Amino acid sequence: MRTVHTDTIIKAIKEMCIEANYILSDDISDRIIQAESEETNIIGKEILGQLVENMKIAKEDMIPICQDTGMTTVFIKIGQDVHIEGMFLEDAVNEGIRQGYDEGYLRKSVVGDPIKRVNTGDNTPGIIHYEIIKGEDIIITVAPKGFGSENMSRVYMLKPADGIEGVKEAVIETVKLAGPNACPPVVVGVGIGGNFEKCTYLAKKALTRNINTPSQTEYIAELEKELLEKINSLDIGPGGLGGKTTALAVNIETYPTHIAGLPVAVNMCCHVNRHISRVI
Amino acid sequence: MKRHIDTPLTKEKVKEINAGDYVYITGTIYTARDAAHLRMYDSINNKKELPVNIDNQIIYYLGPTPAREGQVIGSAGPTTSSRMDKYTPALIERGMTGMIGKGKRSKEVIEAMKKNTAVYFAAVGGAGALLSKCIKSAEVIAYDDLGTEAIRKLYVENLPVIAVIDCKGNNIYER
Repeated sequence: MRTVHTDTIIKAIKEMCIEANYILSDDISDRIIQAESEETNIIGKEILGQLVENMKIAKEDMIPICQDTGMTTVFIKIGQDVHIEGMFLEDAVNEGIRQGYDEGYLRKSVVGDPIKRVNTGDNTPGIIHYEIIKGEDIIITVAPKGFGSENMSRVYMLKPADGIEGVKEAVIETVKLAGPNACPPVVVGVGIGGNFEKCTYLAKKALTRNINTPSQTEYIAELEKELLEKINSLDIGPGGLGGKTTALAVNIETYPTHIAGLPVAVNMCCHVNRHISRVI
Repeated sequence: MKRHIDTPLTKEKVKEINAGDYVYITGTIYTARDAAHLRMYDSINNKKELPVNIDNQIIYYLGPTPAREGQVIGSAGPTTSSRMDKYTPALIERGMTGMIGKGKRSKEVIEAMKKNTAVYFAAVGGAGALLSKCIKSAEVIAYDDLGTEAIRKLYVENLPVIAVIDCKGNNIYER
């Protein structure tokens, strides 16, 4: 049995909130730089050039990449042989977010009640997903996500007869409907299977996977590739103003489902796809 | 084509701008997003004064990150404009001539733009660090309690935007 104090967790989450909002992971930034050199649409290329410049300014001058520093999603995998001491874990996670958004000069974008809409002033609470794993590690992934793209995400409760073609149509339709609103070039997270809430969780989780790592399931990896090509032929382009860089990647996660269903969730993410993981 | 415009944005200036133009804006502009729009809309409906005279003015749909010491403003890119669609025709009727945001607009907004001679610009979504460099001063002038959603008066120099929908209704999102 290993013991981890919540002070360690608070510090880690604070640092990850800040880092994620100032520095994009290499997989995303490299893909944007590559897209700029390959884009042939004049406006599209100009916009990608601004995004490359923006990443540089963000890092050098310590200005967040995007002003929407997001609602903070935190995935915590807890080894079943770990004992957590200190404060209540949920409070510790929110304390890490609070400190990160304060010390990191990040925007406080959370309202305490969805109808009355008063800002909580510290970007808490976050959205926390717990998972129990084997062993003695705690693995934390922090994924701040803006709502320009979140608002353009969709869930489809398809029928088994809709099959893989139905899945493709659902993804393409979502990307088309999102158009310029989701800040293309986007990363498309897709969850297939499970049930109503599981598929949305899978779609979110898919966005945290390195975009250079395809699905381990061969036919799903092919589907990711095919959908990316189809999306990039829609001529939505950077900023929605035309070009072949509409998506940087399509990441798909799957799960077993019911004999009567084929749930599909499409979680749109802008090019500022922020996620960072640490093992404690 | 590339053009430089100074604010205030008169209707004569709006008429010269065509969808697809790269426009560099210099002068005073104002920020407002969801919560500030709701309050302004309520003021109009209740026949009350607006906290800022929007005649010939540009509103930037922006809620910035906090400024560090020595910075004018934090990250300062556009938010999605369609959430403001419900309130926008009333503001255009009140004299607002320009909007900066990102994404599509409703039919009602475009009709109000055509009728009253207004233009809609897009700034690059997710380029908030870059765009912040064009903002030379920032001051909260209304709805201070809204935090990032308060109305700010900005002075911008050569803020790069693209005219997406012009006052004739031409729209480069609809290609």
